Amino acid sequence: MMRQNTCFIAILLWIWTSVATAQSGGELRFCLHSEPKTFDPLKVEDDASVTVRYLTGGVLARLNRQTQQLEPELARSWRVSKDGRQIVFLLRSGVSFSDGTPFSADDVAYTVQQLMDPALHSPTGDAFRTGPGTAETKVISPTQISITFPAPVASLDRLFDQVAILPAHSGKKESAVLGPFMVADYQPGSTLLLKRNPNYWKTDEHGRKLPYLDSIRLDIVPNRDLEMLQFRKGEIDLINSLDSEYFDKLGTSSPQAVHDAGASLDSEQMWFNEVARAPIPAYKKNWFRSAAFRRAISQAINREDLSRLVFRGHAQPAVGPISTANKFWFNNKLKAEVYNPDAALKSLQAAGFRMENGTLKDHDGNAVIFSIVTNSGNKYRERMAVLIQDDLQKIGIHVNVVTLDFPSLIERMTQSFDYEAILLGLTNVDLDPNGQMNVWLSSSENHQWNPQEKAPETAWEAEIDRLMRVQASSGDIKKRKESFDRVQEIVVEQAPFIYLVNKNALSAVSPAVHGASPVILSPQTFWNVERMSK
Amino acid sequence: MAANWLAPAGYARQYREEANAAPSHAHWLGTDEDGRDRFARVLYGTRISLLLAPAAALLSTLMAALVGGVSGYLGGAWARVAMAVTDLFLSLPWLFLLITVRALMPLNVSPLFSVMVTFLMLGLLGWTSAARVLCASAGSLRDSDFIRQARASGIRGARLFWMHVMPNLKPVLYAQFWISVPVFILSEANLGILGLGVAEPMPSWGSLLRELEGLISVGEEPWKFVPLILLVLVVSSFEMLLSSEKRMAA
Repeated sequence: MMRQNTCFIAILLWIWTSVATAQSGGELRFCLHSEPKTFDPLKVEDDASVTVRYLTGGVLARLNRQTQQLEPELARSWRVSKDGRQIVFLLRSGVSFSDGTPFSADDVAYTVQQLMDPALHSPTGDAFRTGPGTAETKVISPTQISITFPAPVASLDRLFDQVAILPAHSGKKESAVLGPFMVADYQPGSTLLLKRNPNYWKTDEHGRKLPYLDSIRLDIVPNRDLEMLQFRKGEIDLINSLDSEYFDKLGTSSPQAVHDAGASLDSEQMWFNEVARAPIPAYKKNWFRSAAFRRAISQAINREDLSRLVFRGHAQPAVGPISTANKFWFNNKLKAEVYNPDAALKSLQAAGFRMENGTLKDHDGNAVIFSIVTNSGNKYRERMAVLIQDDLQKIGIHVNVVTLDFPSLIERMTQSFDYEAILLGLTNVDLDPNGQMNVWLSSSENHQWNPQEKAPETAWEAEIDRLMRVQASSGDIKKRKESFDRVQEIVVEQAPFIYLVNKNALSAVSPAVHGASPVILSPQTFWNVERMSK
Repeated sequence: MAANWLAPAGYARQYREEANAAPSHAHWLGTDEDGRDRFARVLYGTRISLLLAPAAALLSTLMAALVGGVSGYLGGAWARVAMAVTDLFLSLPWLFLLITVRALMPLNVSPLFSVMVTFLMLGLLGWTSAARVLCASAGSLRDSDFIRQARASGIRGARLFWMHVMPNLKPVLYAQFWISVPVFILSEANLGILGLGVAEPMPSWGSLLRELEGLISVGEEPWKFVPLILLVLVVSSFEMLLSSEKRMAA
């Protein structure tokens, strides 16, 4: 009997210790790479302010960074109208701001009015402004609100992931928050201290109040090397984004601290200049405007080697405009281009090129020589360009690699169009293709291979324009997916962008932190911060 | 200088299956991240720096002699104008100027052309300090007894300059030349670290030194320090050469 009792007490102690460890609070420490420019969640634009908004702001619905599904937060449920213009939220009751002010539909109405106020110039609000006019808010009851936008907004509900609700009736507009933490102290240029929000509404499955952590200390450290050293010394607990070289070095000394979450949404790509008025020889324009030429170049690039050598295996050969990491929007029918220099050469020969003494020449006898420009100081892109230079040499194409300072590169890319090919990357934080409208519409400034076309110059660009408009204006997710799948197919067929790799999401989390589960979507390491502890 | 014969492989040859390899019998200094033989790249990079830095130094010294020496010898308004121009050049942010020139250059140029242009620019911009020294030296010579004596003997103008002033400026010119060589080597290395020096795949000390960027501890891959050690050795050698010149002149 005595022995049984001892066992029982031991089990109870073990359970108690486990629970206590998981909820022991503590302070989480990590770095911001720049000063947060604002604490007003509607004016947020820079990464540091986005981080603060994520940690302090309460939202109606939150995109689960792991499942990539939208989950209810301050809203219990919602309904989007078929035309994509109206959304009705049913809100939680009994929720209060950090200063004790009760949360109600009035706060949502106030936030939406502020968000859509043209005078505020809210970057978060830009995504909702799809047509002229103002948004109408109708408070149906303290827990129900209807919002009607002047024009259809694609993925309307998902956009509310970025909208932190402001208090309508509190005197402390910026400091009263609904998120898990609140700003307690800010030392410009040094640290930002966040403390647990005592009125945070969420509890865990055992009914315990969240968040587990007592506080978060954010050190403002622009230098990544310094951040790495701080992590090694145990002065900070996590690094949200690591490059592959540091990842491997850290992995050697502390393998349990590093996390490779697989392909991210970010892509590295190159494209040729197809601008009609570009100051480059006409015969080169003919090459660059030929889909056969672009496809052959794509085929002659060894993407596996780019991933293996440049990113030490921490990147995946890119398939197309959408990373394989984007579970819903990626077109599963597409496959990464297989490296095949022989097939590339055959395609080029079929398109009128010929090989003479190891040099590829076009049908007028012009040797195929072009330059690839990338931004100086980015050694990963420089090294990709060097490998591509070597790959293309094998099919008789001579490539000059040019590194330029970023402003000069942008000037050539957007103003003078004095370049032949550019290798750059695209940081993508939005799962929804609507975020890429400015790239795919032929009239757009960011339609990099041939910006601001007065009318689509090719049939396939006209088709992409049409499909992108269809997906943007439809509330039917199936129809949107079909349209964007076809866009991806056209892009792969025509290769206006030659997608190279998708970098992996690499991060580091101290083993002292419990509950961390790094993912590919930002914020990779602390997306579930309310359930993390130390 | 004998890189062609000594190097085990071409500087651009990529052994992709042996990337980032440690030193071995096949690759004495290992391979870089793209699988290129580091020993070969050090040899070729050294050749480029050792050939082109003195060429740029020669150009800058000649320009300094022309601007500083001649204006100092002529004196008066000539010297004032020349020194004003020199001061203007000295005040230019040369790094930004080099970046701008690089940005304005045509893109489709061979790596060899880009390396020549880099050193040419260094030469064209690096004459100013030497010009001030030479101006002062030529100015003091102009009023010296032997020049006055030469003038009294009827020697005038260019002949007086070439026959009597220039030979006496030689020690200063030599010193300025030897000072410029390591300065240009380091400048190219700095540009290389910024990614603005010699174009890939051609190696230079600057591009080789970029490998040290990611090193966290010195002991990790010591063979990567070879270009740095070579750079220090060469710059020190030039400094020693300069000291011995000075001693000989004294």
